[in-house]
Amino acid sequence: MPELIILLLFMVAAGIVAVEIKDLLASVIALGAVGFTVAIGFIVLQAPDLAIVQIVIEILAVVFFVAVILKTTHVDSTIGRPYKGADIFTFIIFGVFALAFLYVGVRFLLINSSAGFEIAQHYIKHGLTETGAVNRVAAVILDYRALDTLGEATVLFTAVIGVLAVLRLEGRKK
Amino acid sequence: MLILGISLVLILIGLYAIITKRNMIKVAVGFALMEYAVNFLFAIIGFHKVPGMKIIPPILMEVKTTANVLSSYSDPVPQALVLTSIVIGLGVTAFMLSLALRIYNRIGSFDLDEIKRLKG
Repeated sequence: MPELIILLLFMVAAGIVAVEIKDLLASVIALGAVGFTVAIGFIVLQAPDLAIVQIVIEILAVVFFVAVILKTTHVDSTIGRPYKGADIFTFIIFGVFALAFLYVGVRFLLINSSAGFEIAQHYIKHGLTETGAVNRVAAVILDYRALDTLGEATVLFTAVIGVLAVLRLEGRKK
Repeated sequence: MLILGISLVLILIGLYAIITKRNMIKVAVGFALMEYAVNFLFAIIGFHKVPGMKIIPPILMEVKTTANVLSSYSDPVPQALVLTSIVIGLGVTAFMLSLALRIYNRIGSFDLDEIKRLKG
């Protein structure tokens, strides 16, 4: 699919810019470009629910980043510093490990994709009678795997509590 | 295969930023990049391309479906997983940024080497 390859190449270019540029504000804007390209890619991959959620989340993430940078500084003073040998070593070790793991996992998934698709076949065939939802993704997250969604809400709530606890300026008055 | 390869490159860019960058905001950007790449990889895996068949979103347009139509939906299971993962990613990013803000207010720098030098 040529349109997907173009989107991915743009994402790689914007990702390199986001990682290597000196101005942190420009870095965050490049990250936003990657996020919105991911949303377009979800539309190309026939996943409209993911595209909607990705756009909302991306806007919120960029707003958080910009708020932090506005309160602090927007110059990356560490750019151009020589690399440490230990960092390069760690990156190579983790990179080779991640590549090998992803290769084995993705290959397994592609070979056995029909077995994995049987679950989806069941959801598509019997989803309407079992849940009454027309949208399969909504049927999965809100009915078949609703406990998963409860866990997600718990994680999000915990993150909000953590952010409030960290950002609280004054301690309790005695 | 080429598509999977390019998304692996994007994952490696995020990993590179997380491990070798010395600025806390850049590390958070690396986390976000890696998360996007993994989500996109999942959506690609859920996109079963069968030759000569059009793939449509997993939303039922008509009540009666035939076996021929069934296999042309994109897989809803990875999509539901990624939907959860995107929202959790925002929580992780917000928590990382709040920690970076507190450290900046205390030390006056996003530099990880500086923070390590000031420790104890």
